[in-house]
Amino acid sequence: MHYNFHWRPVLQALPQMLAGCVVTVEIAALATAIGIAAGVALALGRTSANRTAAGLALAWIEFGRNTPGLFQIYLAYFGLGSFGLHLSSFAALTAGIAFNNASYLAETFRGGLRAIPATQARAARSLGMSGPQAFRLIVLPQLFRIVYYPITNQMTLSVLMTALGLTVGLDTDLAGVTQQLNVLTYRTFEYFSVAALLYYLIAKAMMLVSRLLARRLFRY
Amino acid sequence: MFDATVSLQDVLFMLHGAGITLLLTFWAVLGGTVLGLGFGLLRATAPGWPSLALGAVLDVFRSVPLLIQIILVNAFAPILGLDLSAFTIGCIVLATYGAAYCTEIVRASVLAVPLPTRRAARSLGMTWWDDLTAIVLPMALRVGLPGWIGLALGLMKDSALVLWIGIIELLRSSQIVITRTQQPLLVLGIAGAIYFVISFPIARAGAWFERRWHDQ
Amino acid sequence: MIEIADVHKSFGHLEVLKGVSMTVERGEVVSVIGGSGSGKSTLLMCINGLEPIDAGRILVDGVDVHASGTNLNHLRRKIGIVFQQWNAFPHLTVLENVMLAPRKVLGRSRAEAEAIATDRLDHVGLKDKLSVYPSRLSGGQQQRMAIARALAMSPDYMLFDEVTSALDPQLVGEVLDTLRMLSSEGMTMVVVTHEIHFARDVSDRVAFFHQGRIHEIGPPDQVIGNPGRPETIQFLKSVR
Repeated sequence: MHYNFHWRPVLQALPQMLAGCVVTVEIAALATAIGIAAGVALALGRTSANRTAAGLALAWIEFGRNTPGLFQIYLAYFGLGSFGLHLSSFAALTAGIAFNNASYLAETFRGGLRAIPATQARAARSLGMSGPQAFRLIVLPQLFRIVYYPITNQMTLSVLMTALGLTVGLDTDLAGVTQQLNVLTYRTFEYFSVAALLYYLIAKAMMLVSRLLARRLFRY
Repeated sequence: MFDATVSLQDVLFMLHGAGITLLLTFWAVLGGTVLGLGFGLLRATAPGWPSLALGAVLDVFRSVPLLIQIILVNAFAPILGLDLSAFTIGCIVLATYGAAYCTEIVRASVLAVPLPTRRAARSLGMTWWDDLTAIVLPMALRVGLPGWIGLALGLMKDSALVLWIGIIELLRSSQIVITRTQQPLLVLGIAGAIYFVISFPIARAGAWFERRWHDQ
Repeated sequence: MIEIADVHKSFGHLEVLKGVSMTVERGEVVSVIGGSGSGKSTLLMCINGLEPIDAGRILVDGVDVHASGTNLNHLRRKIGIVFQQWNAFPHLTVLENVMLAPRKVLGRSRAEAEAIATDRLDHVGLKDKLSVYPSRLSGGQQQRMAIARALAMSPDYMLFDEVTSALDPQLVGEVLDTLRMLSSEGMTMVVVTHEIHFARDVSDRVAFFHQGRIHEIGPPDQVIGNPGRPETIQFLKSVR
């Protein structure tokens, strides 16, 4: 092996890369939040009596689950241009991940709703609660516990997916910043191994935080 | 020759890309399954810290973006003096990535076989190997197959990422056609349809297995 | 007073109530006995409007339960119901389970609701379990909590739907004792039960249900002690 590793420039670039980490987490959080909202809508649409709504929701879910996430990002970045909608790399990446998240979370929510026995809502109604009250006070908290881990899991996967921003030219997130540094120096291995370490730390930190939060949230 | 519509030739070009996607998937699933079986059995049967250490190492592959792993291996191979084709590198990275997931599927499936069942087998005079091949693996297969099908489809979809190191698989070939024809929506629609046609029936079959075996 | 007049109810093609009529006076304890699937539980669900009816009428204190203008949420405040499956809210502590409806439905303050809930839980013998989650309770304790939860609404009527059927045999006694206590306090109760001895002990009247109809209704010494109908005799033989 005749390669001389150069780590010093990478260490000097660390502040830039850490700033990229913030953007990475931002995109993941945004895409998860949008994914949750759209996922709830899809789950409700999927179970709705309205055939059009159910069909559209099913099409989104199956399309989202049976095509690559990268393909969905491409569709947002290149494809929407045909409708005169030109998204920035940031927006296209976020939209693509959110679309993907929604397809997976929709099935999580649907399963979660089915896991709560109908007798719970019935017991709540028998105490004089209205339908919305029973949903909000009895069903929703239990649903939240069921979907909590799948959501945090999806958010971690979203962090990993943000690296795909490279392919649509995003240069502000961790992968993008790293690539910018890389093309200046061609110290690809050094820069990207530090990036890999940072992704790993973000993923582990998110898991730790979600576990600690769960211990506070779910005492039963 | 500078024709801005999508021709039959373009579609054939994309189908060729789809062939590369399937070939990548084949090697990734094969490598990932063989490695995953070995590691998974080790994880399920090895005691204490060796099992945990192996788990922690494999967890790294699941906690670092796949694209970053591809870039790293692509950069590291020449450092080691290895002259590997982009295709080989793609297969290696996808296979180790798949192995990291497959290991956990195998481990969970083997651990799902109740200990009394295994004790019963051993008490009938079966050897460790007989017990493994006649009792544990067939039972574990039922538990693990739906997850394994999901993993295989996941690898098929993730194989798109190797376009970054210059492999012209389905998505990259679509991109090339887009550049030529300037018809992104149509071309991506065709690519999406191809992915869907490959993935959807297999996903349905997996769901069917899961339902069927879950109810028993 | 609960007045049930010629109530019919079907699930699909299966008619479970085929013209049921009875009244329950204030302060009265009426037990409903009969085989599984005879429609007893469905009748309870119809009394507080959890199940719609196909024909007939149910009046509670003169209010038509199934009339379109009836505010069911309002009506249910005075009709407590306890189910076979106790349906504890797993995400709330015992105290919170009992406090929730007084706060959210009756609009009581937290302090008021806590005082009511503590009082009712004390009444059913669960004062030392206030901050425990239901998963830590035995079936009998969860069922007593469900009774306290219904009592916290200060209902005028209590409906009990086979409340001991899902319990281990050794836990049945504590729940029946709670029901006995309520009846001795003058609570108006409709008790669907398989516990014939209990029905005989505490009821003012017993109704025998068979295939969607009430075949016999009257004082327990008559219906259980000296039944007049062959179906009743047959049923009582089968459960003894």
